[in-house]
Amino acid sequence: MNNSMKKIYPLYFLIPAALIYCTFFLLPTSMAFFYGMTWWTLDDWEFIWFDNYIQFFKEPSLRIGFQNTLIYAFSTMGGKVILGLLLAVFLCSKIRNKSLLRSVVFFPALLSTIAVGFTFSAMMHPTNGLINKALGILGIEGPNWLGNPKIALLSVALTDIWKGVGIATVIFIAGIMAIPKHYYEALKIDGGNALQSFFHITLPLSRPAMNTVIILALIGGLRTFDLVWAMTGGGPGFSTDLLASIVYKQYASGFFGLATAGNVMLFVFVALVAFPIFRFLNRKEVDL
Amino acid sequence: MSSKQEEIITQYQQESSVQVVKTMARKKVNKGLILIESFAFLIAIIFFGIPFYFVIINSLKDSGGAAELNLSWPDNFQFLQNYQEVLTLNDGIVLRAFLNSSLITISSIIVIIFICSMAGFILSRRQGMAKKLNYVILIGLMIPPTIVPTIWLLQKIGLFKTFPGIIFLESALQFSFACLLYTAFVATIPKELDEAALMDGCGPFSLFFKIIFPLLKPVTSTVIVLSSIQIYNDFENMLYFFPGADNATVQLTLYNFTGIYGTSYHLLFADVLLISIPPLVLFIFFNKKIVDGMTAGAVKG
Repeated sequence: MNNSMKKIYPLYFLIPAALIYCTFFLLPTSMAFFYGMTWWTLDDWEFIWFDNYIQFFKEPSLRIGFQNTLIYAFSTMGGKVILGLLLAVFLCSKIRNKSLLRSVVFFPALLSTIAVGFTFSAMMHPTNGLINKALGILGIEGPNWLGNPKIALLSVALTDIWKGVGIATVIFIAGIMAIPKHYYEALKIDGGNALQSFFHITLPLSRPAMNTVIILALIGGLRTFDLVWAMTGGGPGFSTDLLASIVYKQYASGFFGLATAGNVMLFVFVALVAFPIFRFLNRKEVDL
Repeated sequence: MSSKQEEIITQYQQESSVQVVKTMARKKVNKGLILIESFAFLIAIIFFGIPFYFVIINSLKDSGGAAELNLSWPDNFQFLQNYQEVLTLNDGIVLRAFLNSSLITISSIIVIIFICSMAGFILSRRQGMAKKLNYVILIGLMIPPTIVPTIWLLQKIGLFKTFPGIIFLESALQFSFACLLYTAFVATIPKELDEAALMDGCGPFSLFFKIIFPLLKPVTSTVIVLSSIQIYNDFENMLYFFPGADNATVQLTLYNFTGIYGTSYHLLFADVLLISIPPLVLFIFFNKKIVDGMTAGAVKG
């Protein structure tokens, strides 16, 4: 690039973006690494090394957040990948009213999480709720979806899958549409059936789309706060407390240093899960 | 009958029977397809239709009817009363929340478009720069904002619980996504255009604002639609960084609703429905844009 061309792409065009992004996102994020190691009252701080982190691992009510967050992130990811792929294959087949069905499946993704959370809490009501009434008609006694500590986290995850499967589906549809048709034609000529076309063509060739769905769903799941807060508030007990909700609870009770340490661990968690998968995805794309 | 005639007749019969078998087969396939289609619709109605119907029908009932949480037809319709009550509750807090949320959403989008289109232009034209900043931008896609340090910082610069504070914050949080969309789109605009403009004596400002920015219209509209849904639906950041009784925003008002009017399910569902109208309207008009933007953004990030 010669000098006159460089002049026409001036670096000062980056200044407004850099100013806002650094001040309101990068600066507080890097500050968190320092304040996570302090006893902090906003006006004053005392450096206490790793005590906050140690406390996070020692106290069962805090430690449960790691376990819950992992369970939540991987179960919602699994649900979205499997259901999204099946829905996408179905919506790419020769049925009528495809676009209508596609819109119906996708629309919940645009709704407010709080609204969806409240609606599903009402439907999961142990005695009056629609889900248990429907199960009652079939002769099954429905569980107390949000009141039973053993399944409450799973109930929230199911709601998340309901809301998020539409995004997974449209990404898979984009991936499947990009597969050249002649692969399917070749398989047909060789006498392959529908199952073979799914396992030998659709599944391997929609890998880039699947990687995208996996990474988006995992990041979304690890960061989740709204849905849990709207549906259970972390309860019963601490059974649905995720890292993000624990961080908020610590902040609300005035443990600012502890909350910040939790935030740092949330970053590390997301980075540990997301970056390797992201790099893997990039490498794969080069290979293709 | 000669053998030849016989031959022709049998051939004809065979052909017609083949025809019959063929049409039968086609009918069979059609029947199977219709079966699958109706099954799909049934599933779609059960899983996606019933929750919507549930919210709508219960928002029309009186408080006793709605408390039963069922799908029955309302005994007495309270369409006007319910919605009027929701809108006038607490000195019209819901209306105020709608106004505040719209103000935040629109202002943030203006900031986002301004900063991200400029940054995307430079990053796309200067590949070396973009490579260096790649991870810094990707961090913004993955990592959630910190609560306490951000609040502390906002307090120090006097922007905590203020409109400018939340607007800049939302812009910073949407920056990565919009910037990546713009960067990818600018790459499709030929560099020769810049060279020609340079020959004609254009400076960087007139090149960008007069020539490049108008060409970015498709991606700008994608950013408008997607960011407005994101910011309008944002609960978490409003809860952390924009609290306070005066600073009502739609999602926070809905959340506080249960605390104040705990068992008034008819009003809760009326509020849920009111809040869902703006995304619904956007979805009806920009269906394709939203889906394309989300998949394009997803492939990038």
